[in-house]
Amino acid sequence: MSKVVKNAQEAVKEIKNGSTVMFGGFGLCGIPENCINALVDNNIQDITCISNNAGIDEFGLGLLLRKHQLKKMIASYVGENKEFERQLLSGELEVELIPQGTLAERIRAGGFGIPAFFVPAGFGTEIQGDKEIREFNGKPHVMELGMTADFAIVKAWKGDANGNLIYRHTANNFNNMMASAGKITIAEVEELVPVGELEPNQIHTPGIFIQKIFQGTNYEKRIEFVTEQ
Amino acid sequence: MALDKNGIAKRIAQELKDGYYVNLGIGIPTLVANYIPEGMNVTLQSENGLLGIGPFPAKGKADADLINAGKQTVTFIDGAAFFDSATSFGMIRGGHVDLTVLGAFEVAENGDISSWKIPGKLVKGMGGAMDLVAAAKNIIVATTHTDRKGNSKLIPECTLPLTGVQCVKKIVTDLAVVEVTDAGFKLLERAPGVSVEEIKAATTGKLIIEGDIPEMNI
Repeated sequence: MSKVVKNAQEAVKEIKNGSTVMFGGFGLCGIPENCINALVDNNIQDITCISNNAGIDEFGLGLLLRKHQLKKMIASYVGENKEFERQLLSGELEVELIPQGTLAERIRAGGFGIPAFFVPAGFGTEIQGDKEIREFNGKPHVMELGMTADFAIVKAWKGDANGNLIYRHTANNFNNMMASAGKITIAEVEELVPVGELEPNQIHTPGIFIQKIFQGTNYEKRIEFVTEQ
Repeated sequence: MALDKNGIAKRIAQELKDGYYVNLGIGIPTLVANYIPEGMNVTLQSENGLLGIGPFPAKGKADADLINAGKQTVTFIDGAAFFDSATSFGMIRGGHVDLTVLGAFEVAENGDISSWKIPGKLVKGMGGAMDLVAAAKNIIVATTHTDRKGNSKLIPECTLPLTGVQCVKKIVTDLAVVEVTDAGFKLLERAPGVSVEEIKAATTGKLIIEGDIPEMNI
């Protein structure tokens, strides 16, 4: 059975209302544009969305947000999205803010079979809550749990039919870890190449983590803050 | 006279050592990159997965796949490396970054820092700040000494939600260089033309002043 599907619509068709979905990307960099559009088109509701950021008001995850398709957002920073802040402050949207490094490691641990681990971040802050605290090397650490999702949607530069992925520059970010943490992982790639063309030493995400892959189209690749000399 | 933000960045750049790996937060800290001494090898780490941040790209050369933690387009230097976010925070949490520079709303005399949340007003999230302050070997806060209303930012106890506890070692403000010690804020240097009295008036936390306080050499 081939992992290759025709397009985003084919890839996301199993995602139902109430699903927990991880989305790769840092800001607008490395986001799965095609799948986000397909989920908007399908009008899927009550999504628990896990992603480092929430996009901007008119692009990226902001598109799901403004159509009120999200029940809960798990992220580390949502600054560039006014609608997000509004829904948060008004109580319309349930939000869990997690330190970025902890979020990254929770996802990695979830994908790699580690149910819990200890980190120093958040000790003594409201993040600590009633989590278990243990001292290691004379320093208090907070117990954090591995995190998985019903679906993970990642975006890569190149991929092959085996699901092997290569990312470009800073567009890797959360994609690599999320690939392992979805019960089903969908990969959209800018270029789907024949098996054998990707050099094995160059691969970032081995194909074992990917269940569906498709050739993406019409990437806008918007930039939040074009900053030049 | 009080320093401007470039002056603060210039003074912090004096803390850099050859071979250092450095993480610069958003705001005033990013300006430190402009004052790396000529010939000194300093590598800038970006939490979103880049070691070796270069200058901003030339006009028309911005690349959507190449941004810094503040979501601005950047370039990379020769010898740079890209990696995923778990690896990036592994560098940070594992104590491999030599110096972290970040801003703050408040720093307490015991080294607690608030920098991410103003309840009801600013609730955007903490990003990587908590990871950085919890594990960094060497943390310098870059900030104005008082806020826009003239209230001290170097205070006895933080009033805003904490980013981290007992973690700040040094603060460079527009008025002074201050070290956080077991006994409170220790005044190390004055900004050129700024008096000890001015600094005392701007600091509500416990301020230790021993002997003659030299001016910053910038």
